[in-house]
Amino acid sequence: MLELRHRGGCPGPGAAGAPPPREGEAAGGDHETESTSDKETDIDDRYGDLDSRPDSDIPEIPPSSDRTPEILKKALSGLSSRWKNWWIRGILTLTMISLFFLIIYMGSFMLMLLVLGIQVKCFHEIITIGYRVYRSYDLPWFRTLSWYFLLCVNYFFYGETVADYFATFVQREEQLQFLIRYHRFISFALYLAGFCMFVLSLVKKHYRLQFYMFAWTHVTLLITVTQSHLVIQNLFEGMIWFLVPISSVICNDITAYLFGFFFGRTPLIKLSPKKTWEGFIGGFFSTVVFGFVAAYMLSKYQYFVCPVEYRSDVNSFVTECEPSELFQLQSYSLPPFLKAVLRRETVSLYPFQIHSIALSTFASLIGPFGGFFASGFKRAFKIKDFANTIPGHGGIMDRFDCQYLMATFVHVYITSFIRGPNPSKVLQQLLVLQPEQQLNIYKTLKTHLIEKGILQPTLKV
Amino acid sequence: IFDLFLIYGETASDSESRAEAAPLSASTDDTPEVLNRALSNLSSRWKNWWVRGILTLAMIAFFFIIIYLGPMVLMIIVMCVQIKCFHEIITIGYNVYHSYDLPWFRTLSWYFLLCVNYFFYGETVTDYFFTLVQREEPLRILSKYHRFISFTLYLIGFCMFVLSLVKKHYRLQFYMFGWTHVTLLIVVTQSHLVIHNLFEGMIWFIVPISCVICNDIMAYMFGFFFGRTPLIKLSPKKTWEGFIGGFFATVVFGLLLSYVMSGYRCFVCPVEYNNDTNSFTVDCEPSDLFRLQEYNIPEVIQSVIGLTTVWMYPFQIHSIALSTFASLIGPFGGFFASGFKRAFKIKDFANTIPGHGGIMDRFDCQYLMATFVNVYIASFIRGPNPSKLIQQFLTLRPDQQLHIFNTLRSHLADKGMLTVATEDE
Repeated sequence: MLELRHRGGCPGPGAAGAPPPREGEAAGGDHETESTSDKETDIDDRYGDLDSRPDSDIPEIPPSSDRTPEILKKALSGLSSRWKNWWIRGILTLTMISLFFLIIYMGSFMLMLLVLGIQVKCFHEIITIGYRVYRSYDLPWFRTLSWYFLLCVNYFFYGETVADYFATFVQREEQLQFLIRYHRFISFALYLAGFCMFVLSLVKKHYRLQFYMFAWTHVTLLITVTQSHLVIQNLFEGMIWFLVPISSVICNDITAYLFGFFFGRTPLIKLSPKKTWEGFIGGFFSTVVFGFVAAYMLSKYQYFVCPVEYRSDVNSFVTECEPSELFQLQSYSLPPFLKAVLRRETVSLYPFQIHSIALSTFASLIGPFGGFFASGFKRAFKIKDFANTIPGHGGIMDRFDCQYLMATFVHVYITSFIRGPNPSKVLQQLLVLQPEQQLNIYKTLKTHLIEKGILQPTLKV
Repeated sequence: IFDLFLIYGETASDSESRAEAAPLSASTDDTPEVLNRALSNLSSRWKNWWVRGILTLAMIAFFFIIIYLGPMVLMIIVMCVQIKCFHEIITIGYNVYHSYDLPWFRTLSWYFLLCVNYFFYGETVTDYFFTLVQREEPLRILSKYHRFISFTLYLIGFCMFVLSLVKKHYRLQFYMFGWTHVTLLIVVTQSHLVIHNLFEGMIWFIVPISCVICNDIMAYMFGFFFGRTPLIKLSPKKTWEGFIGGFFATVVFGLLLSYVMSGYRCFVCPVEYNNDTNSFTVDCEPSDLFRLQEYNIPEVIQSVIGLTTVWMYPFQIHSIALSTFASLIGPFGGFFASGFKRAFKIKDFANTIPGHGGIMDRFDCQYLMATFVNVYIASFIRGPNPSKLIQQFLTLRPDQQLHIFNTLRSHLADKGMLTVATEDE
C-alpha cells in the first residue's frame, strides 16, 4: 500500500495554495507552546487549514498497485486497453456471481460468515482511507483501538442475535447463560474500557487528529456493522429476504449500465457523470421484472422461504417449515386493462411477489443514492476506488455501497409489514420475569386465547 | 468545573498567550448586569469565583424546582438541554470548518435532529402511553408503522444531502455530515436513556445526576485544600487527592441521599400514565429495593460502629455502585470534553451560563452516567416490561401464541406455580 508518511511533505500540484514551508515542523512539533502565535508551525492549526481549504487544494491519494492476476493479463494481452478492462470486469463479475451461488448452496451459516468477512473488510477499507487522509499511521494506539471498537460492537450485536436464535443451545451451557444475562453490561464495560483507553492515549500534539479518527471510526462502525447485522437478521427471516434484495441491487447496477451504454443520452446527476436518465429508468423497469421473476422462482423452495432455525438435536441450521401465506400461490383477479392484454381472468401469484415489487422499486430508485453518496465520498477525498481488492472493480465497498440502504430498508419493511416480534425472543423474556409476573401474564394470555377461540376452555394440563 | 477553573485560574499572561493562538472564541460575556454591578468592586479573580458560586446555587435551586414540578416538566427540560447541546456542538463544527455558507446544511442538521428525536420519542411513547395510543386512530397508525415512517423521514434527509453536494465543497459537506451524526449519536441517544431512567422511577434520575455533581464539587474542594499530585496531563488542575477524596465523599453522599429519597413514593415508583386522569402518576407499592431490610454488619465494622445489624434499603447498595461509577469513570467524560476543547482550541462550548460556559460543559460527565444507569437497570434490576411483552404477544400469529402459551404453562407447572384453582379461573 502506498503510504504518504512524509508529514512534512505535501505532494501534488495543489501544494502551491497551501501554507508555506512545512519542513520546519517535521522536526517535531515542539513549536506548539502557548507563547508562539505562529500558526504555520502549529500542527493542529495545519489541520485547521486542511479542513477549510477548498477541495482542489487537496492532493490526490492514489490507491495501491494493480492486482490483476497474471493469468488474465496474459490471456487478454492481445486486446486493446479499453476492451481489456471490459473483459476483466466481465470475468470478475461472473466470478463473483458464481461465488455467490456457491455460498448460497453451502447454506446459511456460510452466508453469515461471508457477511462477517465482508463487514470486516469494508471496515478495514474505510479506516485505511481515514489513515491516508489524516496521515495518521504513526498515531499511538489508534489502529489497536479501531479494531477493538469493531470487536466490541460486533460482540454486542452478535450477542443480541445469538441470544435470540440459539435460545435452546444457550440454555444448556452455564457460562453462556451468564454471558447472555449480563450481555449488555459486559458489552458496555468493554466499550467503556476502549473509551478510557482513548482518553488516556490523547497525546498533546495530536488531539485534533485523534478526535477525527475517533469520530471516523464511530461513523464507519455505524454504517458497516449495523447494516451487516440487519442483513443477518433479514437472512434469518428466510434466505429469500436476503437473496431477492441483493440480486435486485446487482441487477439494477448491471441493467442500468447496459441501458446507459446502449441508449444513454441525458445525464442524471453531476456527481456521477456517467449515469443517465435512460439507464436509470430502464434499470428500474428491468429490475422490477427481474425481482418479480426471481421471487416467483425462489418462492417454491422451502430452503429459501423458511426462517432459519437452529435445531439443538442436529446441532445445525435447518430451514424446514410450513411456508407462510406469503409463499402460497393465490389467485388474483386482473384489472380490466391487463385482462385484455393477457387474455386471462385471474393469475396465480405468490403474495411475496407483490412485496418484491416494493423491494425492487426501492433498489432502483433509492439504492442509487447510496452509490452517489459513495461517489461523493470518493471525490471529496480524491480517491478513485475504496481499495484495489477486486481487479477491475475496486474494493469491496465499491461493490456494496448500494446494498447498505437496501439492507436497512428490507429490515424495516419486514418489521413493519410482514412479521411481528420474534416469538422466541418474547418467550425468552417471559421466562426471565418474576414468577408472580409470569402468573399474571399467564392468566391474561389464557383469557385472551380463550376469547379468540384458539384455546379450548376445558383443556386440562 | 475543573477545566473551567483551570482557565479562569490562569494568570493573565497565560490567558493572553492562549488568546494569541487564535482560539475559536465564543460569544461575548453574558453575565447579567445585576451581578456585574453587585460584584464590581471585587478583584477579577474573586468576582469569577462568586459568579460561578451564585450560578451553581441557581442551577441547583432550579433543579429542585423542576423535580417538584414533576416528570412531564423534567422530560421537557431534558429535551431542551438536548437541543441546546446539539446546537452548541454543531456551532463548533461550523466554526471549525468555516461552513456557515454551505447550502442547506443547517437545515439538514436540524432535520436529522428532528428525525432521530421523532424515532426515539415514538418508541418511548408507544411503550409508556400504550392505552392512550390505542384509543386514538391516527396515533395507532403512526405507532404501528413507526419504524417505517422514521426510516422514510431519515431517507429523505439522506437523499437531500446527496442532492445538495456541491462540487467544490464535497469534503466539507461530508465532514459536517459525519459531525452531525456523531453529535446525534452522543446527544440524542443519551438524552433518551435519561428519560428511560426517569420513567423507571425518579430516584434513578436524581441520584446519578446528583452523584456526578457532588463528585465535581467534592473533587474540586479536596483538590483545592489538599491537592498536590497531578492526575492527568489533559487537565493539569486535577489531582489524585481530589480524585480519591471526591470518590469517598461521593459514595457517602450517595448512601445518604438514597436513604433520604427511598422513603418517598413519588421518587421511588415508576412513572405511569393514567388514562382516566390524563396525567402522570407516581403511585405504587414500593418494590423490594425500597423496603428497609436488616443487614448484618461484618465484624470489622461492628467494633467501630457498635451495632450488630443496620437497617438499610437495598437500593443503597446499588447507590454505591452508581457513586463509584460517577467518581471513577465519570471524570473520563470530562477528560474527553477537555481533550475535545483543546483539539479545537475552544475555551468553552458556548457562553450560555455565565461563569460556567455552555450547557455541554455542565453535562459532559453526565452522559456516560446516563448510559451506565440504563445498562445497570436493564442488567441487574428489572427484567423486561410485562405490559410490553403482552403487547408483543398479541401481535403474534395464533399458532405462535399457542406455542408460547404452552411453553409458559409447562414452565409454571414445573415451578409448581399452577394449581388446579388457577387453572379453573
